[in-house]
Amino acid sequence: MSVSRRTDLAPSLLTGWGRTAPSACWVRTPGGRAELLELLRSRPDRGVVARGLGRSYGDPAQNAGGTVLSTAALDRVLELDPQAATVRVEPGVSLARLVPALLDKGWFVPVTPGTRHVSVGGALAADVHGKNHHGDGSIGRHIAGLTLALADGTVREVGPDGADDDRALFWGTLGGMGLTGVVLEATVRVLPVTSPTMLVRNEPAPDLDALLAGLDEAERHRYSVAWIDCTGPARRPFRGIVSMGDHADAADGVRGARPGRPGARSGARLGVPGHLPSGLLNRGTAKAFNEAWYRAGTLTRGSRLEPLSRFFYPLDGVADWNRLYGPNGLVQYQCVVPDEGVLRQVLELLWSAKAPVLLGVLKRLGAGNPGPLSFAVPGWTLAVDLPAGADGMTAMLDRVDDVVAAAGGRVYLAKDSRMRPEHLAAFYPGLDRWHALRDRVDPGRLFRSDQSRRLGL
Amino acid sequence: MIDATGEPQSVALLGGTSEIGLAIVERLVRGRARRVVLAGRDAAALDSAAQRVRAAGPAQVAVVAFDATATGTHDQMVADLFAGGDLDVVVLAFGVLGDQAEMLAHPDRAVELAEVNYVGGLSVGLRVAARLREQGHGRLVVLSSVAADRARRSNFVYGSSKAGLDAFAQGLADELWGSGVGVVLVRPGFVRTPMTAGLDEAPFATGPEQVAQAVDRALRRRQHVVYVPSVLRLVMSGVRHLPRAAMRRLDM
Repeated sequence: MSVSRRTDLAPSLLTGWGRTAPSACWVRTPGGRAELLELLRSRPDRGVVARGLGRSYGDPAQNAGGTVLSTAALDRVLELDPQAATVRVEPGVSLARLVPALLDKGWFVPVTPGTRHVSVGGALAADVHGKNHHGDGSIGRHIAGLTLALADGTVREVGPDGADDDRALFWGTLGGMGLTGVVLEATVRVLPVTSPTMLVRNEPAPDLDALLAGLDEAERHRYSVAWIDCTGPARRPFRGIVSMGDHADAADGVRGARPGRPGARSGARLGVPGHLPSGLLNRGTAKAFNEAWYRAGTLTRGSRLEPLSRFFYPLDGVADWNRLYGPNGLVQYQCVVPDEGVLRQVLELLWSAKAPVLLGVLKRLGAGNPGPLSFAVPGWTLAVDLPAGADGMTAMLDRVDDVVAAAGGRVYLAKDSRMRPEHLAAFYPGLDRWHALRDRVDPGRLFRSDQSRRLGL
Repeated sequence: MIDATGEPQSVALLGGTSEIGLAIVERLVRGRARRVVLAGRDAAALDSAAQRVRAAGPAQVAVVAFDATATGTHDQMVADLFAGGDLDVVVLAFGVLGDQAEMLAHPDRAVELAEVNYVGGLSVGLRVAARLREQGHGRLVVLSSVAADRARRSNFVYGSSKAGLDAFAQGLADELWGSGVGVVLVRPGFVRTPMTAGLDEAPFATGPEQVAQAVDRALRRRQHVVYVPSVLRLVMSGVRHLPRAAMRRLDM
């Protein structure tokens, strides 16, 4: 037994996008399918989990003392089939590459999260949703089939229309946080678009009632979301800006609009330096930022044409924005609750705890899917960014969890970095079904992550 | 696993009946910690310590036999410590204060103290660090003392043993850099515990609960060196630079 470093290859210190809870992992980057299967068959100590671009906030794509399988080299766009309106891709392809490639041919991804720097594999593991969830559901609804590498080193094709067994594996993988197998290929249905431009409208809402009514109204559009100020003044907390959009028709013309080739540009215009101190983001700076954001929103109200990237990926314009939170990192808390009353309760809890929420996002979710660990179910979803090192954060979020669990709501595993394991079964009623699947496909628990250890997943 | 807000799920305490150590464990059990291992010499005292921890929260508590001076048994002891799986936090809280006058008269007493405080800490610290490195995550909490910062006439034998442990922990922290394992080096001032009962209180005296609170905060904020109370960081940076003559006359 020795403290000295293993010299054959050093482990890497990994965290999620929140930059919390680092752990040392042995990263392997298989160059192809054979190498990947070989790695799984070698059954490394302390298990394996796949990692794409590390954009989940917490610890699902790291595996302390164990192996992390990077999908970085499995990044081919294999085939675009215009007849079937599908694209077949490898898991390491990022949306930053896929979106421009599709737009060039007149297509768009069916669902996109708020950053294009996610891998397709990661998007499937989290069963991501976007601003179109109320109409289009999460990404799981748009997958025609998956090729999976399983724990026993075999390869299996699964899809939503297969036999019972295949279907269970398919839906257990969507939202399954990488714990059922590694995606080798995915066939994704794509959306035809005639222009790389969005027709967008922003409407400021002075209070929560107006905001919720605005979001209801906004459901007529394919995409809708609201920014919400959780640090507003006592007399009018929870003001916000409802933003809605549709793909512009090539014929659409609005004076002054410059459509350009928006999806092609993925470079950030601004960056955040490393080594910022902690405590930069506090109640005071959060309030000031939110005030400025609201005022800016009232100035840009109304309709206009906007490059697609600005509408879908506003935060991608600031590289490494997560560094703003300093060395202690950030927690993003995202829950979904079934009704407005519970939403108000959650907001009140955050507001009365004086939570320094820099960015709050509110959206109505539509119908869910059969995935037992899939997050999106009908209701209101709220996402807030919080500094992880702040005093009282654990207790405050535990209280919010209690309210969400009691109401039959959920906390999103792709954002989670701190929930109590006890809450998991309340959030995900299909958990037993998922565990039964896992017992079938990975009885030896080859697939493990820090999150799976933390939550007993 | 330690979560994003610094809450561990499992913790081991070496010096399983230490008042400060138990205060730390109780505080963590009131948070997320659900698996606790207490290691110590006195089986009966360990059992009552286990009761105390169970009363603090819904945790499974195991006990392991541990004698700091029996370094030959430490490999097995550390294996027992990790028998239930990974440990998120390991607290080294064992130590003796000694009676300085007696140690000056009987140097063997001083050697015994050094064997517990320094040699024991070194022996266990290295073994635990190796296990934590293998698991790729975790925190080693080492209870040092402000006595390690500057030798004082009234307790320099104890101070020298803590200075050795303190320097060891500083170096170990750098050795573990990049391994996912962190070292929290705690330098309390005078803490009111059974170990210090009957002694005159020094300025800035504090209680075990304040030490526990400081450790909790250090875990959350990934701090390396913490003074309890925190004002002692400032005080001790002054004390470290006092001229010898002044230090002698202060007679602390």
